[in-house]
Amino acid sequence: MWEVRIYYKKGVQDPEGDTTLQGLKMLGFDCAEEVKTAKIFWIRGCDREEVEKICRRFLANTTSQDYEILQL
Amino acid sequence: MADRGETLRLEDVKVLIIRAPGTNCDAETKDAVFDMGARADVVHLNRIIKGNISLEDYHGIILPGGFSFGDMVRSGVILGKLLRYNLKKEFDEFIAEGNPVLGICNGFQALIEADFLPGLDISLALGKNISARFEDRWCHIKRYRGGLFTRSVGELVKIPVANGEGRLILPEGKEEKIYEELGENRQIAFKYATGEGKPAMGSYPENPSGSYGDIAGLTNNAGNVMGMMPHPERAFYRYMYPDWTRDYGKPEGYGDGYYIFKDMLDYIVKKL
Repeated sequence: MWEVRIYYKKGVQDPEGDTTLQGLKMLGFDCAEEVKTAKIFWIRGCDREEVEKICRRFLANTTSQDYEILQL
Repeated sequence: MADRGETLRLEDVKVLIIRAPGTNCDAETKDAVFDMGARADVVHLNRIIKGNISLEDYHGIILPGGFSFGDMVRSGVILGKLLRYNLKKEFDEFIAEGNPVLGICNGFQALIEADFLPGLDISLALGKNISARFEDRWCHIKRYRGGLFTRSVGELVKIPVANGEGRLILPEGKEEKIYEELGENRQIAFKYATGEGKPAMGSYPENPSGSYGDIAGLTNNAGNVMGMMPHPERAFYRYMYPDWTRDYGKPEGYGDGYYIFKDMLDYIVKKL
């Protein structure tokens, strides 16, 4: 089983993360300094090379997003 | 083969409207083309991939708005990749022949994901709106230089947007260079503006998505492929405007979006 994490690149604004941070502050969680979001896909049945290909071709738009592949 | 003779009349023009599961602006888009006197066929993507329908039989293609494949993964990505990996050759030929392709909202997202726009081996992205909201509002866009789709379009266009992922993102670190390149190539069709026609300068809600450089619509280098986030089919008639009783008087007549379809069809008739 592979875990694929897709998230915005460091320099690209993550509006969902920013809004979550704002919400946390409003709820009194002043400790929160930064929130980033990611989307996770679990994929079974492919080898690592195929998962790489899936990420580059489909799951991530590498102009705005980075991806990580973890073996579970 | 579609008739590409010099005597092509508007009623002979055939426009292909490609739908996928979740597309929901195909009917209005078809009505817009039909209102102008041309024929439009709404065809499911699978019929084209299976070869039941050929792009060659049409004079123009429109990818309408909606939520293809439920906007899963990213808006327009599944449709875009299906086009890229199944129909790239057919699309490349269709575009190289100078035929017009228009992507509206989700259609624009698909053209970006398919890398049919902006061309030049540049890949762009449409990310979540800075507001983190689905932006469903009327806005103003200013016409820049947009090839065949914007010849008779007014300089300032009032038109609605309806998207959650309309923020154009340019490759990191190369933003200014690519932005300049797109400008020099006359590929920026529309930019968000204020009601007075001044640049939105990234301000909200004038630039509703936070799109880079206020870009609302792009074309390819040749100008015959255009993608735009706002919906011209929803500004087709004057009575579609929320304030038509104040600003536009009588309900009959056309809105600003009409001219984008008109320019597309005029181009087909005059070019062929």
